[in-house]
Amino acid sequence: MPQEHIVKIYDDELANLDRLIAEMGGEVENLLSDAVQSLVQYDAILSAEVIVRDKRIDALEMEIVAQATRLLALRQPMAADLRTIVASLRLVNDLERMGDYAKNISKRVKTLVKTPLLSAQHASVKRMCKLVGEMIRQVLDAYLQRDIKQAVSVIEQDEGVDLLYTSMFRETLTYMMEDPRNISACTHFLFIAKNIERIGDHATNIAEQVYYIVEGKQFEEGHINHDLSADVIRDTGEEA
Amino acid sequence: MTAHEKISPVEIQQETPKITARNVCVSYGNHQVLHDIELDIPRRKVTALIGPSGCGKTTFLRCINRMNDLIPSCRVTGNITLDGANVYDTAVDVEVLRRRIGMVFQKPNPFPKTIYENVAYGIKLHGLSSDKADLDRRVEKSLRRAGLWDEVSNRLETSGTGLSGGQQQRLCIARAIAIEPDVILMDEPCSALDPIATARIEELIHELKEKYTIVIVTHSMQQAARVSDYTAFFHLGDLVEKGETESLFTHPKDERTEAYITGRIG
Repeated sequence: MPQEHIVKIYDDELANLDRLIAEMGGEVENLLSDAVQSLVQYDAILSAEVIVRDKRIDALEMEIVAQATRLLALRQPMAADLRTIVASLRLVNDLERMGDYAKNISKRVKTLVKTPLLSAQHASVKRMCKLVGEMIRQVLDAYLQRDIKQAVSVIEQDEGVDLLYTSMFRETLTYMMEDPRNISACTHFLFIAKNIERIGDHATNIAEQVYYIVEGKQFEEGHINHDLSADVIRDTGEEA
Repeated sequence: MTAHEKISPVEIQQETPKITARNVCVSYGNHQVLHDIELDIPRRKVTALIGPSGCGKTTFLRCINRMNDLIPSCRVTGNITLDGANVYDTAVDVEVLRRRIGMVFQKPNPFPKTIYENVAYGIKLHGLSSDKADLDRRVEKSLRRAGLWDEVSNRLETSGTGLSGGQQQRLCIARAIAIEPDVILMDEPCSALDPIATARIEELIHELKEKYTIVIVTHSMQQAARVSDYTAFFHLGDLVEKGETESLFTHPKDERTEAYITGRIG
């Protein structure tokens, strides 16, 4: 929108909403990165810190909801302004969930410290984290720039995360069958991988909100879910 | 739900509009204030005309019942039809036209007569009533439909100017509908009213559209959003955008509409 509002303070309030969302998104991005870092390095101190830092994300959510509600009540927003505020109320919910998933990863670190190391799993988790971290960064950029192309690109990238998750699911199943002592750690890793995969889904939701802000309609092309883990059946040889 | 509302939206769109405007241009002397307005007003719906001051929305409203004929320097060209008949045809009796198209103004303007006479005046003028009992019935029906009956039924013989602003405006609406028009034009009917009186009028508009086609000019975009089914945005004498109210306020197509409704141009 090239022009400014006649009421200047309205522009300031909308800019402040964007600033808060950017801050919250940045926190989520860092939290995921640190959560995975705490996992691969079995860093209990960092994992405890991640758990505490999620509170800041929750606080930012409350602040953004309050700010958006205030704008709705006092400014009676219309058109793109209205869509921005409605979208902010929805995407802030996604960001909050993403923070929770990151926290959940760190919560498992202290249990995993006591289990045998599975370095192959670490590499897969790190790769997923990198992909999803990039999606978060890009979707925040897309939001701040109202860049629909980048938003659609984020939606498309989720496919890669889903495929990685499915392959990790298969891999983990193999480890569990190889040695039952791996089961405990592998189960945690599956949850961790699922958490990262879900963070990717929420990044996709945010991208759809960016699409809504710009285009004024919901993103309908719908992305195909490539998480095929539900269909994975291991040949356990029991049929024979 | 009325039978009318049961018709699917597609069929409603296909139904002929109550009023059509084609190539409507209006000038005051050498100054052209409206350029080639093309607009269909659907029947038994509320159509809101919005836009900044001086955009021509009131001028357009006044073209519909030929109120602009009263201004000597005003020249209207183009075509406006009511139920398919040209409103500007030389054969049209303007009095009859204005009986079919009632009008409510910005400032409530009851006659300095009793409440009863305010409503009965038009009925008598147009010879719509056969006897006193029928006249009484029509007056009561109009006041009830305007949502005023319960407040004034015990003081019909007191002066209309003694009512509150909101009551006076509802009296003017009762007066307008007493002569059984098809269309009601409202020129900022709530701008002189407080929020409660405004809400009453808006509720009334909602009820009246079951029977009448309503065109409302309003400076309040929120009011247009609340009461209308369709909205037309005027800017500098052009009809910039028209469409379903919900779509126009959530996702306008023209940049000027977007700028106006989000408060970027006045």
